[in-house]
Amino acid sequence: MRELFFNLVWLLPLFPLLAFALIVLWTNRNRLLSTWIAWIGIGLAWILGWIILGLTWQDIHGLVPPEGGYQVWMYAIPAGSTMLKLGFQVDTLTSIMLLMVPFVCLMIFIYSKGYMNYGTDEVDPLYSRFFAYISLFACGMLGLVISNNFVTLLIFWEIMGLCSYLLIGFWFDKSYADPKRITPKEAGLKAFMTTRIGDVLMLAGMLLLYSQTGTMTFQEIFSAESLHHLANTYAFPGMSWATLCALLILGGAVGKSAQFPLHVWLPDAMEGPTPVSALIHAATMVSAGVYLVARSFPLFLAGGSEALSVVALIGAFTAIFASTIAVAQNDIKRVLAFSTISQLGYMFAALGIGAYAAAVFHLIIHAYFKSLLFMGSGSVIHGVEHGHHHVHHGHEEEEFDANDMMNMGGLLKRMPRTGWTFIVGALALTGIFPFAGFWSKDEILAEAWNEFMHGSSAAIAPSLDFVVWLLLAIAALLTAFYTGRQVFLTFFGKPRTEAAEHAPESTGSMTWPLIILAVFAAFLGLSGTPWANQFFFMIGEEAHFLDFHLHHADFNATVALISLGIAGLGWLGAWLIYGRKPLTEMVDPLRKPLGPVYTLLENKYYFDELYHLIIIRPALWLGNACARFDRRVIDAIVNAVGRFGRWAANWLGKAIEPIIDAVVNGAGKVTTAFGEFMRATQTGNVQNYLLVAAVTVLLLLALFLIRG
Amino acid sequence: MQVPLSWYLVVAAALFCIGLYGALSRRNAIAVLMGVELMLNSVNINLLAFWRYVEAARGSLSGQVFAIVVITVAAAEAAVGLALIIAVYRNRHTVDIEDMDLMKL
Repeated sequence: MRELFFNLVWLLPLFPLLAFALIVLWTNRNRLLSTWIAWIGIGLAWILGWIILGLTWQDIHGLVPPEGGYQVWMYAIPAGSTMLKLGFQVDTLTSIMLLMVPFVCLMIFIYSKGYMNYGTDEVDPLYSRFFAYISLFACGMLGLVISNNFVTLLIFWEIMGLCSYLLIGFWFDKSYADPKRITPKEAGLKAFMTTRIGDVLMLAGMLLLYSQTGTMTFQEIFSAESLHHLANTYAFPGMSWATLCALLILGGAVGKSAQFPLHVWLPDAMEGPTPVSALIHAATMVSAGVYLVARSFPLFLAGGSEALSVVALIGAFTAIFASTIAVAQNDIKRVLAFSTISQLGYMFAALGIGAYAAAVFHLIIHAYFKSLLFMGSGSVIHGVEHGHHHVHHGHEEEEFDANDMMNMGGLLKRMPRTGWTFIVGALALTGIFPFAGFWSKDEILAEAWNEFMHGSSAAIAPSLDFVVWLLLAIAALLTAFYTGRQVFLTFFGKPRTEAAEHAPESTGSMTWPLIILAVFAAFLGLSGTPWANQFFFMIGEEAHFLDFHLHHADFNATVALISLGIAGLGWLGAWLIYGRKPLTEMVDPLRKPLGPVYTLLENKYYFDELYHLIIIRPALWLGNACARFDRRVIDAIVNAVGRFGRWAANWLGKAIEPIIDAVVNGAGKVTTAFGEFMRATQTGNVQNYLLVAAVTVLLLLALFLIRG
Repeated sequence: MQVPLSWYLVVAAALFCIGLYGALSRRNAIAVLMGVELMLNSVNINLLAFWRYVEAARGSLSGQVFAIVVITVAAAEAAVGLALIIAVYRNRHTVDIEDMDLMKL
């Protein structure tokens, strides 16, 4: 029973892949059928995923799974002197990812039906294609979490990158009046190019690992002797192979998870349809980076304090950096995008300080509440758009931004289900007791504090632990502030536009996933309370082969109260500024007192402009220079060679034309003459043929007799 | 006294030569066919003679079977040949084989 399901783990990515193929190849025209195929594909994956999760759960209560999890080998490719073994595995980390990935995907798939306006006049013309893409994406994510080697991991990683590109640019024909505003097409390209930088580093890291260990499987690379070898041989003086490879792999994770300095693509990825934002840019793909670091955690441990400090600092810095930007954004989805970047920073920081279980816990919890928030915001946008259409019937007028929170207000009355579920998600995000985010975020802060107070089991310096704790705590304050701002601006006060006044509640296929996810966002945290930490219990089982004492911070009432107080303070601030006195004019009240700082935050510290100046401009200049060089110099040479060739050919042709003609004509003449001669033998008279045959036989007979 | 094998072979060779000569020299298509039949029958004589002198003692029937197959084939060949000649005759009112050279134009 157990072996049966574990051996079938490869079916997980296959179901959505089949759905993708079916929709693309056959059912593209039938929208309803395509929807159902996509649902069934991910639904089967969900059922199988949770069965496997349940079996793993049983296993760690009874018998411990084999070291490195249960392996299913699929292929072995001869690669020089070694065999490149590819396959899948089931271990506790995989199982925990399976708790989140297929279920959140299923909810988003269901939500997409309503969001893409199924059954109305406004149904998206590429409706079926959307379901095909998200199915392929689900295949990528499921394949990633069950891979047991870097090769298939990279393959599925890139499938997700491709889907991300396709889905961000899904409305590729959209353009805006404002030329500065990024279009979906450009956003998709930006996401793809930015993550590519990280992917190249990651590929380099994997290849170096392969060159050092001769294997690509996690089980063998993360074995004690291999790690010992990596940690004690040096790539450069002062930097071991383990550190180098860990940092290169971190590069890939930073790109995928939109960490500083490769964070710029994620906010612009909001140009895609909202289910995509929820699916890719909140729940699954961006957490793939965190998953990769968690999966390679033994390597980071072997990399020592250098590797872990970088992880912790990048994470903590990103957490606070992104949350400050989120304070000054007016686009409801962009606020969530920066919030996502910031929360992913939490996870990286947690991994950096060695709080492995807490990071994975937060990863799962975050996926649930952030997909809830994103889909809630999508529902709000959808409602406001419909309200806008309702008011301005028929005639198109000046551009109206349905994403702008300044155009909303008072929506809780108009959209109660969306509103209340959004508030649940917001409470979970800000870590209010007893919602899910409280437990996971508190665990990270508690671990950081614990590390600082009691020395560390992981190798990074206690002073750094304190810095991480401080940055994360401030980020928590800002998180509560901008989330509160978002909730008050969107759902409370009075409607600031007619569109918001007439916004209808979304359909059932959009609100039911919200309600289900809200239940998880509220209660899932109870599985990871400090007293009965099931997450830690599950992940901790893996630690024994990580050769790392995975500790578990005891419940620290002070830290918990501090973080709760911080969150409360943030909400209070948001209420004082945005909630107490509802906005009347559409200007942020913070704009005036903060002045230039606000502009700086609103423009995301001008990072886009900076990158434009120092990377894109020089790259374009270089490209143009190369093009000019190509056109002026290379083309001239090529044309000259061509002209010379033609001239030489003409000359040569004239010179040797008589010879060639003579040869060609001669061949023709000889053939004709031979044909005329042979023609005489074909008399058409059957007796002649018979005579020839008889004479030939006689001659052969004579030959045979003479030669004995 | 038994007839030696070589006599049979001589008869068969003579018959074959007569048949070949007929097939090559006669202008009448039916006569050509008759020549071909003679050649086939001379082969039958050879087959039977060799069978009788070499194989029969071992209780084998292969020579006789072979000869019967040849006779069958000869019958089929004669039927097809005559049918062709009749068809040609109906179209061209001749059975002269030297006139049957339409394939070469």
